[in-house]
Parts: sequence; C-alpha cells; structure tokens
Amino acid sequence: MNRATATQSLSVSFTVGLYGTAFGAASIAAGFSILQTCLLSLLTFSGASQFAVVGVMGAGGSAISGIATASLLGIRNGLYGLRMAPILKVRGLKRVVAAQVTIDESTGVAIGQEDLGIDAMKQGFWLTGFGVYIFWNIFTLMGALGAQAMGNPSAWGLDAAVPAAFLGLVWPRLTGKFERVLAASSILLAIALSPIISAGLPIIATALLAAAFGWKERT
Amino acid sequence: MNALWLGVLGTSVIAFLLKFTGHSIPEKYVSNPRALRINTLIPIALLSALVGVQTLTEKGKWVIDQRLAGVAVALIALSLKAPYFVVVASAAVTSAVLYRL
Repeated sequence: MNRATATQSLSVSFTVGLYGTAFGAASIAAGFSILQTCLLSLLTFSGASQFAVVGVMGAGGSAISGIATASLLGIRNGLYGLRMAPILKVRGLKRVVAAQVTIDESTGVAIGQEDLGIDAMKQGFWLTGFGVYIFWNIFTLMGALGAQAMGNPSAWGLDAAVPAAFLGLVWPRLTGKFERVLAASSILLAIALSPIISAGLPIIATALLAAAFGWKERT
Repeated sequence: MNALWLGVLGTSVIAFLLKFTGHSIPEKYVSNPRALRINTLIPIALLSALVGVQTLTEKGKWVIDQRLAGVAVALIALSLKAPYFVVVASAAVTSAVLYRL
C-alpha cells in the first residue's frame, strides 16, 4: 500500500465527507425527512445531484424536474466510470460496488496517482470511494439531526446556506472567462424564467445554454 | 408514494444506472468531442442556475432578502480562498443575523 496515496485519500474523504453536514441540513430545510435525507446519501451518493433534487423540490418543483436536474448532473459519473473501468477491471458485485463509489473525488484521486502506477490508482479509487462514502453518510445524518433540532430554517440562515453550498460547488469549475460567462448567463436565464415556467424547469433550461456554449470547439 | 419519495428513489436509481453504465460500456463508444465538451459545461450551467434561483426567487417570484446578503458574503469568502465549510457557514450566519433583526 502506498503511504502517500493513502494519506491523500483519507484527507480528501474527511474534508469532502464534512460537506455532508450541509447536505443533511439543506435536505431537512427543503422538507425531506431524516430517513429520506439519509437514503439520498446512501443510495444516490453524488453531492451535486443530491443538493439539486432537494433544492428543486424544496422550491416547489415537481419530482420529475428534481430527478431530471439531478440526473443531468449525474451524467459525469458515467464518464468517470468509463475512465475507471479499464483501470479497475472488476466484474459482478465488485463492479456494482465500484460504480456506486464512482464520484468526482474517487476518480480525481485515482487519476492523480497516475505517475505512481496502476496499483496506486486502484488504491486511491477504492480508499477515497469508501472513505467519502462513510464520512459523507455520517455527516449527512448529523446535519439532518442538527437541522431538525433547529426548526425554522430562515432563523438559522439555512435559506442562504443552500445557494452558498451550490456556489461552493460551482466555484472550482469557473476556471476561465468562458466558464464565468456561462455561469453568469445561466443565473440570469434561470432567474428570468422563474416567474414564467414552473419551478425546476428554469434550472433544466440552462442545460441548453451549456449545449449552446459547448457546441463549437474553442480555439 | 408521495412526490418526495419519488424524488429520492428516482434520483437514486438513475444516479446508479448512470454510474454503472459508465463501467459497463467500452470507452470507444463514447468519444464524441462535442458531447464530452457539453458534459463538462452542464454542471456549471445547472449549479449556477441553482445559485441564482435559490438566492433571488421564492415560489416563482423575484425576492430580494437576507439570502442575497448571505450569498454575497459566501462569494467574498470564496474569493479569499476560504474552505467550503467557512463559505457555507458565513452565508448562514449573515442571513440568520439579518433575518432576526
């Protein structure tokens, strides 16, 4: 076992797992029960998708809008799976487990170990995948219990914590002017559409904006 | 089954299927550069839209309230490279203080 890889996996797992608190609280504030909140972390296990479904449905969106938004955000996990499959080479139940823990962080750490060889990549994937899974679920429960005890979400600032959580998720992706223009346009489009079409749809509509921005190759 | 349960289970099933499909199909079938480009942009669009809608609207109406101040503080925290937890907590504290005034 590579020590550097193990250290990195653990520190990523704990830091990311801690965000589970924010999700647990946001989910309760959006009207989901503690059981539903914990099941989202156990079963969906993809932070952005989880925040999206509780965000959309908490704002009055339909289940379909919530599921669609969450699923659009989940497509990237499929692409991570494509990337990881030839490295992990697992079948059967092991593949099911590998798929469940295929997220930003497990893939990111695995790819980060490329210089250390394929064994370190595998190790990084599994350690980070399981590590985030454990911490994310523990902290989700803690956040949910905390928010339940608080009562009125606005009195504790949870109404602002949710958009701030989204902001924190999108921030590292805004690597250049092109990405920032897309982000600003998406905010404007979604706000402009909000009084016109039912909750959730303005969010999904911005996926078309992403398609338009990505249609042509940038030189 | 009510809407919330449908949301929880529907999201979970599709999330898993997307992950599992990625692990099960050969990489060569998914190499369209345009699709890959758009896929990296989709999270930026959706997450930004969620920031906007959750900050400035309520039940389909435009609303300016304590949330905007909270998110503005979060933005400052991010630009100062604060850790995620500080970003979220600073927004919550700002919003809560203004709400209780």
